[in-house]
Amino acid sequence: MSHVQAPEASVRPTKNVHVELTVNGEPREFLCAPRESLLDVLRNRLGLTGAKEGCNNGNCGACAVILNGVPVNSCLVLGVEAAGAEVETVEGLAKGSHLHPLQQCFLEDAALQCGICTPGFLVSAKALLDRNPDPSEEEIRLHLAGNLCRCTGYDKIVRAVQDAAKANT
Amino acid sequence: MNDFDYEAATTVDEAVSLLAAGGQRARVLAGGTDLLVQLRERRRDADLVVDVKRIPQLSEISYEAATGLRLGAAVPCYRVYGDAEVAAAYPGLVDSASLIGGWQIQGRASLGGNLCNASPAADGIPSLIAYDAVANIAGPQGERDVPVAEFCTGPGKTVLERGEFLVSITLPPQPAHSGAAYQRFIPRNEMDIAVVGVGAWVQLSDDAKSIKSARIALAAVAPTPVVATEASKWLSGRPADEATFAEAGELAKKAARPISDLRGTAEYRNHLVGVLTRRVLAAAVSRAQAS
Ligand SMILES: Cc1cc2nc3c(=O)[nH]c(=O)nc-3n(C[C@H](O)[C@H](O)[C@H](O)COP(=O)(O)OP(=O)(O)OC[C@H]3O[C@@H](n4cnc5c(N)ncnc54)[C@H](O)[C@@H]3O)c2cc1C
Repeated sequence: MSHVQAPEASVRPTKNVHVELTVNGEPREFLCAPRESLLDVLRNRLGLTGAKEGCNNGNCGACAVILNGVPVNSCLVLGVEAAGAEVETVEGLAKGSHLHPLQQCFLEDAALQCGICTPGFLVSAKALLDRNPDPSEEEIRLHLAGNLCRCTGYDKIVRAVQDAAKANT
Repeated sequence: MNDFDYEAATTVDEAVSLLAAGGQRARVLAGGTDLLVQLRERRRDADLVVDVKRIPQLSEISYEAATGLRLGAAVPCYRVYGDAEVAAAYPGLVDSASLIGGWQIQGRASLGGNLCNASPAADGIPSLIAYDAVANIAGPQGERDVPVAEFCTGPGKTVLERGEFLVSITLPPQPAHSGAAYQRFIPRNEMDIAVVGVGAWVQLSDDAKSIKSARIALAAVAPTPVVATEASKWLSGRPADEATFAEAGELAKKAARPISDLRGTAEYRNHLVGVLTRRVLAAAVSRAQAS
């Protein structure tokens, strides 16, 4: 198979853009190039490294954040698109040293091994429970279908979400 | 990813002038679930990305039973199935919108973007064609309408000319005893690209026993989504039963010109066209009978 070499990235100077938004309830601002994703910005400009870069093409869900109440993959959002938005990341789940019920149940149910996918699962599961405090197993699996885990085989994750739902009610 | 400039247009005219000035090097950004992946993988390049989500017409859903649906081109999928009235009136659209990616993709991905991306395997386009939807386009010469069935001209290619972009998609009001459905075949339950996709719309007779008119559209069996014209026409006046659905499935195969690739052979795709056509007709008819 022959590979076509992609041309070198152009060095056109683009202006950095100033963006103001709310992250986990706090007003934040940053400067970024238009090509930087919201994931790049969270990790590299705002120091929030909870969201992970897995595939960087929308398939794995490790970078999931909640944008204006809607779960999205932050690798498929530009930082500049988040101007004026409210963003919730995994860092916003715990209140001080008090873990969110989902985090507590992930720990107790051993719903993680290597942990790379965990922030994405927690964020997607939180978005689900915010909307539907008592989801069925099928609803949980459907809403987590965009999050990939290569260690656990998913059952423990689903159980942890079910336990968190119970703990919440 | 190439470095590019970013503009968030707030009016249709502003977007048209930005796109006309940018030409080939300007790209429209809706949900970005296709575009950002393509830019990152250098399958496409851009000097200017024009975000159209802040243009009111692009983000509106307006529906009236008497006049039909106008769907802003950038409305994300989750808002389509989240709108109870729209979901009840256009269940085929709900089938498509809830199949595109997972939940996190549906938070961004739009049916307008699905259409403009013009993938032969797009899950949104067969439903739009089955509903006889029309693409409302704005450009330097003003506005024009193109049936969705004629919008895609090849893989990744559309009728859009320099400076033009999709503003909204209109779907006709739904008559009594009508219904639609979309199904695709994939080897797993979620998150995959259709091996074949079939959308169907039917209107039944007043006694709901026979088919008055029908439209079937196929995905992933030709360079663009296609209408199964012969099967659609043949259905008029036929009894709404399993034998009819199966025969229509056989006729629908004639519209398919599939290729063999890693997702399936041409022969397998032909077989799937028959099976899925039968199933979506049954689903569309049962929805029509319940409506
Ligand atoms: C993980 C993952 C899973 C996916 N699963 C599916 C699936 O199951 N089925 C499926 O069909 N697709 C799938 N997709 C592809 C994609 O999500 C859909 O095609 C989606 O509908 C694209 O919409 P968007 O709003 O994100 O478009 P964008 O990415 O913003 O745009 C897509 C293309 O259309 C152009 N465009 C967008 N809006 C306009 C406009 N108003 N006028 C003119 N041009 C415009 C853009 O320039 C770009 O070329 C998937 C993608 C990912 C990343």
